[in-house]
Amino acid sequence: MLKIEDINVYYGNIQALRGVSMDINKGEIVTLIGANGAGKSTLLKTISGLLKPKQGKVLFEGESIGGKAAQSIVKLGISHVPEGRRVFANMTVEENLELGAFLRKDKAGIKQDLEKVYTLFPRLLERVKQQSGTLSGGEQQMLAMGRALMARPRLLLLDEPSMGLAPLLVKQIFNIVEEINKGGTTILLVEQNANLALSIADRAYVVETGSIVLSGEAEELTASEEIKKAYLGGH
Amino acid sequence: MELIQQLVNGLSLGSIYALIALGYTMVYGIVKLINFAHGDVFMVGAFVGFYSITILELPFLPALLISMIVCAIFGVLIERIAYKPLRNATRIAALITAIGVSLLIEYGMIYIRGAQPEAYPNDVMPTSKIDILGVSISSQSLLIFFVAIVLMIILQFVVHKTKIGKAMRAVSFDADAARLMGINVNNTISATFAIGSALAGAAGVIFGIYYIKIEPLMGIIPGLKAFVAAVLGGIGIIPGAMVGGLLLGVIEALVSAAGFSLWRDGVAFVVLILILIFRPQGLFGKNKREKV
Ligand SMILES: Nc1ncnc2c1ncn2[C@@H]1O[C@H](COP(=O)(O)OP(=O)(O)OP(=O)(O)O)[C@@H](O)[C@H]1O
Ligand SMILES: [Mg+2]
Repeated sequence: MLKIEDINVYYGNIQALRGVSMDINKGEIVTLIGANGAGKSTLLKTISGLLKPKQGKVLFEGESIGGKAAQSIVKLGISHVPEGRRVFANMTVEENLELGAFLRKDKAGIKQDLEKVYTLFPRLLERVKQQSGTLSGGEQQMLAMGRALMARPRLLLLDEPSMGLAPLLVKQIFNIVEEINKGGTTILLVEQNANLALSIADRAYVVETGSIVLSGEAEELTASEEIKKAYLGGH
Repeated sequence: MELIQQLVNGLSLGSIYALIALGYTMVYGIVKLINFAHGDVFMVGAFVGFYSITILELPFLPALLISMIVCAIFGVLIERIAYKPLRNATRIAALITAIGVSLLIEYGMIYIRGAQPEAYPNDVMPTSKIDILGVSISSQSLLIFFVAIVLMIILQFVVHKTKIGKAMRAVSFDADAARLMGINVNNTISATFAIGSALAGAAGVIFGIYYIKIEPLMGIIPGLKAFVAAVLGGIGIIPGAMVGGLLLGVIEALVSAAGFSLWRDGVAFVVLILILIFRPQGLFGKNKREKV
């Protein structure tokens, strides 16, 4: 579904990704783990079009999207829930969700998806008219995910959905990620919490300073000594 | 009674400031640029209105519309040619460019048609006096006030209820997040310049009808005062610009009424200094508080 071939990505003169390649198959949950500053968010931003690779290819369902503007990539079916949620704090929950469907014209479908989002996140339904800046961190995460789902994506990019949330809420968010996946949406999940990410993922990639250093089945990686030492707290 | 008349004058003048201030504030909100050429768009609007009325012999409303459309296109051209290439440049570079664009429009206008002033014909609008509770108010000030209020209501509707308005609010809050929604940021910025410039064009026509005399440098002082009005209300905040403009007009009128008419032009800048010292975020501004 998504194929990344040997991309290099820069911020000005600073190289953030070096020769990264990756494959994501339809229906999978793939997780990307790595330390702070490894380049995880950079990779997601490159897929969603906020950054452009200097070299290399990004193919989505066979179509090259490496040079495309972010707004056309959304249209093709990739939604990105950015790190730090980035909800429109000056707008209500409802307005945020409407913006998620910005490019869609099928009113009936939008309404249907809105109901789906409210079923997935009942907390949002209780707060439709609330300014989203006044939501709690967990509610903002739900809103950011709901907003991305309103575009009816086939590939959903999630950047650290558990950041700053209480363990119970993290669990809940991860259950919802699995549920979204069961509904047919392919997922690329970036996480610091490697344990949890590996527990729901089919496959995983490990990034270090801009390069992929390991990849494989999630189960394999969970068992690997190297990963245990570096990312799973050595248990 | 004199006081009430002055208040009405203040509101008419203030509605002109408010219309210009809206463009400042919308553009600032979306690209964080003080568009110093905005007062000159107002001047161009006044001239387009003037020529529509005198040469094309159009009545008020069509002249107003033509001026708004021409200014909208002009505003978009300014943005595309002068500001867009500098979008990732330092703020000071953009600011200096804005001052350059302003001078270019002012002296370009003088080059094209000369520096001599023009006088709006005085029969564009009925000039009768209306008696309300013993106060005689010129129908013109009321009409001007009314037109400005209608435009502001339309603007509120556009910003809150239409797709382009929602896109504008999203981009001004977080451009990258807006891109991820599928919003075309460049088009949204252009639309913002178009709407802000159209309002300045309308203000130009209204100004001409009210004050009669127009000339190529007429945009400088109202432009600066509208900027003060935008800061007074809270730069980037649309209702702030409306209230700031009206308030500034009323303050100026009251200063004149109190016998300090020589201070009229100075008072705006006193307001600017006071607001920057005591409430730099403006009347409607909030101290930014963000959740992590
Ligand atoms: N806007 C930017 N300008 C310059 N360098 C940047 C920028 N954003 C990120 N970088 C650099 O690129 C590298 C990768 O950053 P990135 O945000 O992708 O890391 P990450 O893996 O997502 O880290 P974290 O887990 O902390 O979110 C880092 O060295 C970072 O300093
Ligand atoms: Mg990151």
